[in-house]
Amino acid sequence: MAKSTSMAFLVQRAGYKSENPKLALTHAIASQSVEIYLEDGDSVVPIVAFVGEGVLNCKNNQKAMEVYDITSTENHIQSALLCDLKVLICKEDLARYGISEADVPDAAAMGADMTVQVVPWEQIHNELKAADHLLFF
Amino acid sequence: MAKLTIGCFSSLVGSMSLDFAVGLAEAAIEKGHEVDFWMSGNAVMLSKKGQKSFKDYSFLDKRIRAAMDKGLNMCACEACAESRGFHKEDTVDHPKFIRKSMDWYLASCHTADRVLHIGGE
Repeated sequence: MAKSTSMAFLVQRAGYKSENPKLALTHAIASQSVEIYLEDGDSVVPIVAFVGEGVLNCKNNQKAMEVYDITSTENHIQSALLCDLKVLICKEDLARYGISEADVPDAAAMGADMTVQVVPWEQIHNELKAADHLLFF
Repeated sequence: MAKLTIGCFSSLVGSMSLDFAVGLAEAAIEKGHEVDFWMSGNAVMLSKKGQKSFKDYSFLDKRIRAAMDKGLNMCACEACAESRGFHKEDTVDHPKFIRKSMDWYLASCHTADRVLHIGGE
């Protein structure tokens, strides 16, 4: 019988201050190639949620390539959206840091069907409760 | 017996989280459980062979070799290691120590009974 494992990647740290947000996203995106290790029909279903300081990763127009010569966290979020991953941002924390919901990353112009979802903490909490495994970054 | 997957992202010596993770892996192996140990981020420092023992610093090389001799599976993120200048020839030489990409960790979590993920600093 096919088995699906849900994994919640919770990002709590600011971008560029540490490697954690990028690693959360790249690990979540790795779900796209995990099948090579799994039994036929099995799958890993990730969600990525940004909370607390982690929402600071979710500002659009990041200039990481110009400043650090590295791929931006925004670009990683866009890659996640292109891979149809569910990306949640805590609405209350976003407001706390003064970031408008209009200023979060988007990948529609790149052809993504998915968009980031700015949602209340309660909804993120419910996703965490439903996940098989929690991974804190 | 169960399967435990441990992911650690904290550095060797600079943090004691890696020591805790290795200690937990040792305990689980001693109890007969299957344990996969994933290192990513700064934790790939543990993949560097040639670590030396000093009284002032953590020295995990000997302990992980003993645990691997008893069945512990260790895997370091290849990209994280290469970006830090740790190449294949620099890696701990033990048949139970491998380098893979992040999907290995996700697959291990998929088949694990429990996952303990210790994020970075």
